[in-house]
Amino acid sequence: MSHIWIMIAQRLALGVMTLFIVSLVIFLGTELLPGDFAQEILGQSATPETVAALRDRLGLNDPMHIRYINWLSDVVRGDLGVSLANGQSVSDLIGRRLGNTLSLALYAAAIAVPLSIMLGILAALFRNSFFDRFANASALTSISFPEFFVAYILIFFLAGAGGVFPSMANFRGDPTLAEFLYRAFLPAFTLTLVVTAHMMRMTRAAIINLLASPYIEMARLKGMNPMRIIVKHALPNALAPIINVVALNLAYLITGVVVVEVVFVYPGLGQLMVDSVAARDMPVVQGVALVFAGAYVLLNLTADVLATLSNPRLVHRR
Amino acid sequence: MGFLTGLFWFVVVIIASMAAGWIFRAAAVGISPRGVAKELKTAPLTASFGMLMILIYIVVAVFAPLIAPFSETAIVGREYQPWDSVHLLGTDNLGRDMLSRLIYAARNTVGIAFVTTALAFGVGSILGLLAATVGGWLDQILSRTVDVLMAIPALIFALLLLTIFGTSVINMILVIALIDSTRVFRLARAVAMNIVVMDYVEAAKLRGEGLWRLITREILPNAMAPLVAEFGLRFCFVFLTISALSFLGLGMQPPTADWGSMVKDNATLISFGDITPLLPAGAIALLTVSVNFVVDWQLQRASGLKE
Repeated sequence: MSHIWIMIAQRLALGVMTLFIVSLVIFLGTELLPGDFAQEILGQSATPETVAALRDRLGLNDPMHIRYINWLSDVVRGDLGVSLANGQSVSDLIGRRLGNTLSLALYAAAIAVPLSIMLGILAALFRNSFFDRFANASALTSISFPEFFVAYILIFFLAGAGGVFPSMANFRGDPTLAEFLYRAFLPAFTLTLVVTAHMMRMTRAAIINLLASPYIEMARLKGMNPMRIIVKHALPNALAPIINVVALNLAYLITGVVVVEVVFVYPGLGQLMVDSVAARDMPVVQGVALVFAGAYVLLNLTADVLATLSNPRLVHRR
Repeated sequence: MGFLTGLFWFVVVIIASMAAGWIFRAAAVGISPRGVAKELKTAPLTASFGMLMILIYIVVAVFAPLIAPFSETAIVGREYQPWDSVHLLGTDNLGRDMLSRLIYAARNTVGIAFVTTALAFGVGSILGLLAATVGGWLDQILSRTVDVLMAIPALIFALLLLTIFGTSVINMILVIALIDSTRVFRLARAVAMNIVVMDYVEAAKLRGEGLWRLITREILPNAMAPLVAEFGLRFCFVFLTISALSFLGLGMQPPTADWGSMVKDNATLISFGDITPLLPAGAIALLTVSVNFVVDWQLQRASGLKE
C-alpha cells in the first residue's frame, strides 16, 4: 500500500510545482502591463509626487524577484491585493462569488455525470442501433454548438413568454435550496448539455474497446445477459478512461461557466472575471485566474489518483 | 401540439439537408476529375452536406458586398424592426440591417478564425516536428514550456493575456494562436515521434539530408493525414473561442459585424419570443457542425475505421 502514498505525494508535489509556475506566469503578466501600475491606480490627474509615494508604498521600486516573493507570500496568506476599480479586497470579492460558481458547477455535474455514463452504457449495449446513431449524431452536434447558443435556445423555449423558468439567475441574499435549484436550473442545464456529449462518447468508446477481449467473449458464451456483462465485467476495466474524461469535463465546466454566467447574469467568478478584463483590473483578474488554475490542477490530480486506484494491478504492485 | 409541429419541422429540415447533401455529392462527382470523383463517392451524406455548407459559407464570405442588400454599418431604419420585405430579417439594436450584417459577419468572423488557425497551426506544427526530429534539450525546453502553458485553462488564459495586452482584434488573434499552437504542438510532436524512429528516416539521415529537408520531405508527408484532420478540429475550437470572446465583448470591436457580438447586442429580443438573435448563433453552430462532419469522414477514411 505504501507506494500508493508515494505516488500520491509525487503527484501532489507535481501539482504544487505546476501551481508555482502558473503563479509565476500570472505575476509576470503584471510586469508586462504597459504603463505604470501606480499611475493606473491613481488615474491621469495624479501629481508625480503622489505617484512616487504610491510606488514606494506598493514596493514597486524593489527589484522584480523580491516583489514576486512578497506577492507570493501574500497570496499564500490569502491576501490577493485590492481591486483597481473599486478599492475592495480581491479576496473578499472572490470569496463572495466562489461559493456561487462552485455550487453551479456541482449542480451541473450532479446531473451530467450520472446521465452521460448511463447514456454511454446504453449506447454501448445497443451499439449500431437507431438509439446509438441518434445519440452519436446529437453528441457530435452539441459539441459544435457555442455555449451561448445552447443557453439562448433554452431561454427561448423554457423561459420568456409562457416559460417556466426564470431567464436570469441573479438572486439576492441567501436563497433556500429549493429556490436555488429552481433559479439556477437553466444555467446548470446548459452546462449539462455542453459536457454530456463528450463524456457519453468516451464512455461508449471505452466500453466498446473492451468488448472484443476474450474474457468478455467467455462471459457471453456462458450465456450471461448483455447488461450484466457490460456493468459487471466491462465497466470496472473501463473506469480509468471514464474517470479521466469526467475530470476533464469537470475542468471544462470551470471555464465554460464564464460564458454561461454572463448569459444568465449569474453572480459568479466568471462574471467577475469578464467585468475585470474589460476594465483591465489586473489584481482581480490575477486572483480569479489563480483560483481557476488551482481548481483545474486539483481536478486533474484527483483524476490521476482515482484512475490509479481503480486498477488493482497498480494498487497491489509487486 | 407545439411539440409535434416542432418535431415535424425538425424532421423536414433533416430530410431537406440530407437531400441537399445527396444532390451536392452527385453534382460534385459529376464535374470533378475521375480520381477525386472516386473519393467523393465514398462520402457519407453528413459529410457531403458539410462540404456543401462550407462551400456556401466561403461564397458568401467572398462575395459579401455583392450579396448584402445594405452596407455593414449604415443605420437604415428604426431599432428592432420586425421582418418585412425591405429588411428581410429586420433591424438590430441600432437600426442596422440584420441580413446584411449577418452576411458581412461571415467574412469577418470566418476570415479571422481562419487566419488564427493557420497561424496556430504553422507555429505549432513546425515547432512540434522540430522538437521530435532534433530531440534532446530543444525537445525538453519546448515540451516543458507547452506543459506549463497547458496547465492553465484555455479561456481563462486568453482572458488573462487580453487583460495584459488590451482587447483588440490583433491581440485576440495572437493570443488565441499562441494558446492553440500548444495543442497543435502536442499532436505534431506525438505523430512525428512515431515516424522519426522509422528505418527510412534513419537512412535519410545517413544519406546526409539536412534538417529542413528531413522534416519537409521525409516526415511531413506521413504526418499529414492526422494534421489535416486536426486543422479542421482546431478551426472549430478557434472559431468557438473567438465567438465566445466577441460575445463577452472582448473580441471584435463594435462597428465591425460579427456573429458573437450580434447575439449579445440583440439578446433582449429572445425573452420576447423573437428568434432573430438566434440566427447568428445558429450560423456559428451550422459551420462548426459542417466542419465536424467533414473531419469525421476524413478521420474514418484515414484510419480505415469501419465500425
